[in-house]
Amino acid sequence: MENTIALEARSIYKSFNDPVTVDVLKDVSFRVDRGEYASIIGRSGSGKSTLLYILSTMDTDFTGELLIDGIGVRNKTEKELAAIRNEKIGFVFQFHYLLNEFTAIKNVMLPGFKLNKVSEEELEHNAYGYLKDLGTEKLARKMAYQLSGGEKQRVAIARAMINDPLLIMCDEPTGNLDSKNADIVFNIFKDLTETYNKTLLVVTHDLDFANKTGRIIELHDGRVL
Amino acid sequence: MKLKHLSEIALALMRARWKQTMVAAIGVTFSIALFVTLLGFMEGLNNLLDGIVLNRTPHVRLYNDIQPSKLQPIDMSDAFKDYHNFISSVKPGKKRKEIYNAQQIVKKLQSDDRVLGVAPKITDQVFYNLGNIDLNGIINGLDVEQEAKLFAFSDYVIKGNYQDLQTISNSIIIGQGVADIINAKVDDIVTVTAAGGEQFPLKVIGIYESGLSEIDKRQSFASLTTTRKLLGVNSNYISDIQIKLKDLDIAPTLAVEYENLFSLDAEDIQTANAQFETGSSVRSIISYAVGITLLIVSGFGIYNILNMLIYEKMDTIAILKATGFAGSDVKKIFISISLSIGVAGAFGGIIFGVLMSLGIDAIPFSAPSLPTVDTYPIDYGLQYYAIAILFAMLTTYLAGWLPAKKASKVDPVIIIRGK
Repeated sequence: MENTIALEARSIYKSFNDPVTVDVLKDVSFRVDRGEYASIIGRSGSGKSTLLYILSTMDTDFTGELLIDGIGVRNKTEKELAAIRNEKIGFVFQFHYLLNEFTAIKNVMLPGFKLNKVSEEELEHNAYGYLKDLGTEKLARKMAYQLSGGEKQRVAIARAMINDPLLIMCDEPTGNLDSKNADIVFNIFKDLTETYNKTLLVVTHDLDFANKTGRIIELHDGRVL
Repeated sequence: MKLKHLSEIALALMRARWKQTMVAAIGVTFSIALFVTLLGFMEGLNNLLDGIVLNRTPHVRLYNDIQPSKLQPIDMSDAFKDYHNFISSVKPGKKRKEIYNAQQIVKKLQSDDRVLGVAPKITDQVFYNLGNIDLNGIINGLDVEQEAKLFAFSDYVIKGNYQDLQTISNSIIIGQGVADIINAKVDDIVTVTAAGGEQFPLKVIGIYESGLSEIDKRQSFASLTTTRKLLGVNSNYISDIQIKLKDLDIAPTLAVEYENLFSLDAEDIQTANAQFETGSSVRSIISYAVGITLLIVSGFGIYNILNMLIYEKMDTIAILKATGFAGSDVKKIFISISLSIGVAGAFGGIIFGVLMSLGIDAIPFSAPSLPTVDTYPIDYGLQYYAIAILFAMLTTYLAGWLPAKKASKVDPVIIIRGK
């Protein structure tokens, strides 16, 4: 039986203790099905980024239960969590975060090196394919720092795709882009869900963007509304 | 995760800061080059200095020592057998310096597997006379061929041909110091008086210089036959048997064995020259200490540069971790950076070290006391290179390990959130 739930959060609590205890997330529970295009919105300080880092397994300091593809992330070692991130989650960040030391195509290939499932030639072929789908194949051999913001963001999306992950998480993907580029990115995401049947979880404060997604999860003062 | 890809990432990070990386590698190169040069030079000198004495010293020397008998009559008496007997002021009895049955002992030794060679010898006190000057000294009667083969005798004969000792009868090689004092040159005749009182004219056919002026001021050398004639002893007379062993380290045990076997006194090289061993090892320790300090200092250089690299590449580390690289992968990347600096530095260091050694080796160096040496001595022993490489790997690994550990602990959330 195929597991139709991509990600499930069960009553997640998170608080910062420094300098005073602040509860950032209170009893957050929701699930995202496969192929869903969901956005998390909320005011600044509502804890949406914090939630994304927890969902991405990078932040393990929380209480509650998180299942990715039916696998609980509690009591997993740092190494196992890294493997889960590598295989099941693709990332797109607000600040693009390409590695400036590498060419665009190497940036895309890096998570594939870690997964080490296909040969380097095949990986390069796949990376080129994704870059082409995103209309950036001409940039493949350019160094990352030579690209413009919008180009970087598209290369970052290709990188998120390279290991054919279950989930793609985005932190303010359009936060640094103008509306034209933001539209391009939105359409790419839409394509991803429709053509590749990817599950997307986008954190944004851009209401226009959120309204166009399939589902909106709104956070207010650390609670899901 | 394939090693190839890890090293590709490491290489890209290094290329991003290639100047600093170069500085770190040059630090290692410099310290390794100095390490091997310093040790090679120091050991070369050690070998040279030790050689002055050790090359010419028999590993085991058999002789009749002038000392009181170890077994006094009272010890042999049945009545006092079970007592502790104390005798004060025991005097040595009259004892001949000659070794009895010397020929048989030499034959027996030559058939011993552990022995490289045997050279019989006669030593005795003499006076050199020239006009009014009477200079006391020591004459050594040698088996010239064996002496040259085993104890590098020929190296120290600086004028004349040492083989003439055998072919020209009544010939002598005198020490440089003796020659200076009595003003004798090659082909001169010197008169030598033996302790027994007999005077003997001998032809100087060579001059000897050992490098130790105390020796050169006293010693002279003649063939066994000439010496016997001079001393007026029988034609089998031998006062010392010098043994050179295949393995120098067994000398003390063999000395004891021969002492019991032949009822002679035996002295091994370690006892005779303990102070030279000490001097050499202290010099070696000092040069190792200096060399290893250099390597550790270069290790700190690598540590600094890696630390800087990590602060600068926090974003890269965070993104690698976010995309699924584990802390251990990040650690491997930084350790491989450190090790490749170490390997590249060590490689360059070895090359420079050899070049510097060759350079020193070519510098003229002529000391009157060291006739066989005309440039500075260098020991090209592979062990110094091996130790240098080993220590370079060790220090660079340790220097990389701490920053790498720090890099592996970078929390990507803090970095990404901080933007």
